[in-house]
Amino acid sequence: MIVVKSIVKQTWAGLRVLLALTVLLGVLYPLAVWGVSRIPGLHNQAEGSVVNENGQPVGSSLIGVDPVAADPDHDPWFHNRPQAVTADPKDSNNPLPPGDPSVSGASNKAADNPDLVKAVQARQDAIAKREGVSNDKVPADAVTASGSGLDPAISPAYAELQVPRVVRVTGLPEAKVRQLVADHTSGRGAGVLGEPTVNVLELNLAVRAAGGHA
Amino acid sequence: MSDTGAGFVQLGILLVALAVVYRPLGDYMARVFTSKKHLKVERVLYRVVRVNPDSEQRWTTYAAGVLGFSFVSVVVLYLLQRLQSVLPFNFGRGTLDPATSFNTAVSFVTNTNWQSYVPETVMGHTVQMAGLTVQNFVSAAVGLAVAVALVRGFVRAKTDRLGNVWVDIVRGAVRILLPIAFLFAIVLIAFGTVMSLTKGVDVTGPDGVQHTIALAPVASQESIKELGTNGGGILNANSAHPFENPNSWTNLIEIFLILVIPVSLTRTFGTMVGNKRQGTALLAVMGILWAGMLTLIWWAEAHPNGPAALLAGAGMEGKETRFGIPSTALFANSTTGTSTGAVNGAHDSLSGLGGGGALLNMLFSEITPGGVGTGLYSILVFAIIAVFLAGLMVGRTPEYLGKKLGRREITTASIAILAMPTLVLIGSGVALMMKDTAGALGNSGAHGLSEVLYAFASTSNNNGSAFGGITVTSNFFQSTLGVCMLLGRFIPIIAVLCLAGSLASQKRVPESAGTLPTTGPQFVTMLAGTVLLVAALTFVPALALGPIAEALA
Repeated sequence: MIVVKSIVKQTWAGLRVLLALTVLLGVLYPLAVWGVSRIPGLHNQAEGSVVNENGQPVGSSLIGVDPVAADPDHDPWFHNRPQAVTADPKDSNNPLPPGDPSVSGASNKAADNPDLVKAVQARQDAIAKREGVSNDKVPADAVTASGSGLDPAISPAYAELQVPRVVRVTGLPEAKVRQLVADHTSGRGAGVLGEPTVNVLELNLAVRAAGGHA
Repeated sequence: MSDTGAGFVQLGILLVALAVVYRPLGDYMARVFTSKKHLKVERVLYRVVRVNPDSEQRWTTYAAGVLGFSFVSVVVLYLLQRLQSVLPFNFGRGTLDPATSFNTAVSFVTNTNWQSYVPETVMGHTVQMAGLTVQNFVSAAVGLAVAVALVRGFVRAKTDRLGNVWVDIVRGAVRILLPIAFLFAIVLIAFGTVMSLTKGVDVTGPDGVQHTIALAPVASQESIKELGTNGGGILNANSAHPFENPNSWTNLIEIFLILVIPVSLTRTFGTMVGNKRQGTALLAVMGILWAGMLTLIWWAEAHPNGPAALLAGAGMEGKETRFGIPSTALFANSTTGTSTGAVNGAHDSLSGLGGGGALLNMLFSEITPGGVGTGLYSILVFAIIAVFLAGLMVGRTPEYLGKKLGRREITTASIAILAMPTLVLIGSGVALMMKDTAGALGNSGAHGLSEVLYAFASTSNNNGSAFGGITVTSNFFQSTLGVCMLLGRFIPIIAVLCLAGSLASQKRVPESAGTLPTTGPQFVTMLAGTVLLVAALTFVPALALGPIAEALA
C-alpha cells in the first residue's frame, strides 16, 4: 500500500512538474529563439534563405529543386542530383524526375539492391546522353540520390561536366560560364570541413542574368 | 587537401573543442548537482508545483518519480497528438492515429526519437514545440538525474537517500540543457538553420514551376535534439535536410553538441567521486572504442562495396554533397555511439561494414560515449561487471570506488546490461517469424535482416536512427518497437537506481593492497574488453548473418 501511495503521489508531482516545464521549455524557450531570429542578419536564414529575383521568390538557396527544361534537346540548366522520393508516382519510371521540394527523404536502398543498380544505370545513361559523354565520365553524385532528396549542391566535377552543354544552349562564352561556376563554388568550410560544392539554383540564376536565354 | 587529410583536420578540430570544454563543463555539471542553493526561477517553480526541494528520497521514491514523470509525459504527448486538429499552428494537419501517437509519445519520452511519421506533413508546430521539444529536454534531464543518483551511490555511505528527483530533473533542464541549447539555437540560425512559425513559402522556380517549401521552428528543436542526444528530426530527412543542417559548419557544430555532455560527464563523475582519474579511465574506454568504430565506418564508406556503389564510382547514395564521406562517417559514428539517432545521411544506404559499424555502436549498449546520462550509467554498470570478473579471477570480493560489489550489486548490474540484448534478439526473432515482415523490408537478403536487427537495436537502446527502408507503420511494428523502447529504457533505469540505493547504504571500504586499481591502462583494457566480450557473445551470430554477410558478398 505504501508503494502504491508513493507512486501515485510522485506521479501527480510529476504531472505538475511537467506542466511547469512545458511552459518554460515548450513555449517560452522556442518563442525566445524565434524572437531573437527576427533581428536583421538572422531573419533571412530563419525564414528559409529565400532567393528573390525581381522581388519574386524563386527558391531557397538551401533547397535543391531540379529544374525542368522546356525543350529537353535544348536544356539550358545546370541540374541537381536526382531525387529518390517524389510525391508524383508517375515520375517513378523517369530516371531523372523533376525536383519536388514538398517531400524530403532518401531511397534507403543498399548498394546490393537490384533496384538501385538499375536506377544508377538508368541515370548514368540519361546523363551521359544529355551531356554527350561516355558513361564513365559521369561523377558519382550525379547518379546517386542524396539523403534529403533536396541537396542544393553538386560536386565541382558534375558542374564541370555540364558546362559544355550550357555554353552551347545559352550561347554564352565558355570563359564566362566557367567564371560563373567558379563564383558559385564554395570550398570546404575553413578549408577542411565537408566537401567543395556548387550551388545549383544560384548558378542557374547567374547564368540567366548573364544573358543566357532560358 | 585530400579528402582524407581534410577529414583528419576536421576530426582534430572536434577533439580540441571537446577537450577545451571538458573541464569547465564537467565541473560545472558537478556543481549543479551538488549545490545546496536554488535559483530564483527554480524556487518559483518548486512553489508553483508544490514540491519540497530540500527533502531527499530513497531509491524507491526516486524511481517512482522517474516512472511517474515519464508516465504522465507519455499521456500528455499522446493527448497532444490526438487533439492536434484543435491546436493552433496545425495548418490543417489533423489528429494522428492511435498507433502512431502511442509510438511517438513513447519514443520521445524514452529519449529514443524513433519516428514512424513524416513530420512536415503530419506534425503541426504546437505539437512540435509544446510536446516534442519539451520531451527533448526532459528525457535528457531524466537520464542525467539517474546517472547522478548512481554517482551519489558511490559518493555517499550509510544512507538510504539518493537526492531529490525533481530537483535533479529541473536543474539538469534549467541549468545545463536550456542555456546551451538556447545559445546554439541562435548559432545554428546564424549559419542558416530555419526558425519559422509559418507553414512554408511558395516559390516559382527559374523554370517557371511553382513549389511550396515547408518551414518549421527548426533551430530551437535542432540544438536540443543534438545536445540532449535525442535525434528526432522536425523534418523527415532529419539532419540531412538542408534546413536542419545547412552546411559543413553546422554539421560539425551538431556533432560537437551530440558528444559534449556525454564526454564531459566523465569529468563530472571524477569530480564528484573525488578522483578525476576515475573519470578519465572511463573516457579512455569510450574514446578508444569510438575511434575504432570511426575508423571502421570511415574506411568502409571510402571503399565502395556492392554493385550500385561500384557502378556509381563512390558510396554517395543517401549522402549529401556538402558533407561527403568523412563528415557523414563522423556523424554516423557519433549519433549511434550516443543515444542520439539523428542522421545526416541515410544509414540504410551505408555500405555493409559501415552500416554494421553503426549497428554495433548501439549493440555496445551505447557507451561510446553514450547518451546524456545514460552513457555514464551504462559504462559504470560495465565497470562493475569488469571489476567483478577481475575479482573472480583472483578470488577476492570485488570492490569499486570503496564499495563492495556483492550479490545485489551484481544482480542489478546484470539486469541493466542484459535487458537490451534480450529485447533485441527476441524482438528481431519474432519479427522474422512474422509472415508480413518480408513485405515490410526495403531491401532483401542479408541487408533485409540488418534492417530488422537495426530497428530493434535502435529502439531497445533508445537510439532512434533507422535503416529507413523498413516500413514500420504496421500495428505489429508500432507496438513491439514501442514496447522495446519502454523496456529498454526503464528496466535499466530501475536496476541502476536499485544499484545506487544499495551502494549508498554501504559503508566505505578502505583501499588496501588487494584493491584492483581502476584508473590505469590495465583497467581501461579490462573494461573495453568486457564491453566487447558482452557484445560479441550475444550478437556475433546475428551480425554474421546481416552486415558481415553483406560485406563479404
